[in-house]
Amino acid sequence: MSDVSLEVGRNEFVCLVGPSGCGKSTLLRLVAGLVPPTGGNVSIGDAAVTEPRDDTGIVFQAPTLLPWASILDNVLFPLDMMGRLDAAGRDRARELLALVGLAGFESKYPRELSGGMQQRAGICRALVHDPDILLMDEPFGALDALTREELTVELMRIWQERPKTILFVTHSIPEAVLLADRVVVMSARPGRVAEIINVALPRPRDFDMEARSEFQDATRRIRELIFGNRGARR
Amino acid sequence: MLWELICRVFGIPAYLVPTPSAIWADTWKLIGPVSDHTLATTRTVLLGFLASLIVSLPLAVLITASPAVANTIYPFLVLTQSIPKVALAPILVVIFGSNELPRVVVTFLVAFFPLVLSIAAGIASVPPELIELGRACRASRWRELWRIRLPYAVPFIFSGLKAAITLSVVGAVVGEFVNADKGLGYLIVTSTAFFQVPLAWGALVLLSLLGIILFQIVVIVEQVFFPWAITDDKQVA
Repeated sequence: MSDVSLEVGRNEFVCLVGPSGCGKSTLLRLVAGLVPPTGGNVSIGDAAVTEPRDDTGIVFQAPTLLPWASILDNVLFPLDMMGRLDAAGRDRARELLALVGLAGFESKYPRELSGGMQQRAGICRALVHDPDILLMDEPFGALDALTREELTVELMRIWQERPKTILFVTHSIPEAVLLADRVVVMSARPGRVAEIINVALPRPRDFDMEARSEFQDATRRIRELIFGNRGARR
Repeated sequence: MLWELICRVFGIPAYLVPTPSAIWADTWKLIGPVSDHTLATTRTVLLGFLASLIVSLPLAVLITASPAVANTIYPFLVLTQSIPKVALAPILVVIFGSNELPRVVVTFLVAFFPLVLSIAAGIASVPPELIELGRACRASRWRELWRIRLPYAVPFIFSGLKAAITLSVVGAVVGEFVNADKGLGYLIVTSTAFFQVPLAWGALVLLSLLGIILFQIVVIVEQVFFPWAITDDKQVA
């Protein structure tokens, strides 16, 4: 990555799209404090990020739940690791599971759940310590197309109910446009921000909005930026 | 049945391959001493097996801790494996004396290597995302080991334990061949020396039974205490 500068407002939903190897995931890991920047800096609020902070939640492409723990214990895992497990945390976890439609599955094990349900639990796990920032690294990338749409709509609902700053990496242009306030289009080698596109669609949004001209304009512009001339020829 | 029939029809002499009925009769006659021998072997097998588990676990953790440590330890591990245990056993007797210890050590040496390898493989197989999650929660390395890495390695640990328990039986018999006053291996050596071939076969059958039963115990422990580890393959998808 070189010369990437990005500012994200509180409770803003920002999607990162771009070809493989453009540094989208690295950018997330920088914000998470998992990798140190080789140059430049990352800061949240007024504080520079030098190590993982308590108020960041992460969702990965694979649900990566612990196979030996129940769904509830999986959701509680971050609290447990931070040594902050208490009754209030348990209540929050149950509440979150109910929010994503997993009420009644608390004592089930990950292998008893479908991929989509596992990823829902993964999202609960990222939210259980009530972070102000949610980092999502292609969270729906491993799901089938139908589940993916369902979860996209669901994520918007969760975000509406519990506003957070979300950085969302995806390979799907429609997904990015539908979800984001702003879409950051990145280019590869070296990874840099090609353009930042404001999405003017009103909220709440749903997949019917794919027909609207704001949606069409935004996706077309992103395709042009990513595919360049190849996209224009089509 | 077939075995009995073939032996009788073709008139195979009992000193070559005895009939099952002869094996049963000769072994049953000496049921008292034979059960003593079985118990002695079981004891050696279990002690050696436990020793290999106790040693393998920290060793595997060390190996996976850093490549430098792994490179230091691996040559020694391979060395212990390239020495033929049968050749080593008499030397161990000289070192440890003519008692149970050299037999347990031989059992341990035969059994622990695959266990170290599979535990190390298990610890290294944890998805990187889970490690990142642990680090994002600022978990200490110790916590990461106990709460993420070791539980994740359980299916691997059990496949290692299954290999180790069967190898422990082999190791115990090797130890008994070289130096023992009790045990099924010792029984085979002495009974063949006195041409009590059916008795030797009886010991052989008991050894296989012992191996099968101990193996099944490991399987049952896994099923009862770690049921999630059995159908883990689905998770990978």
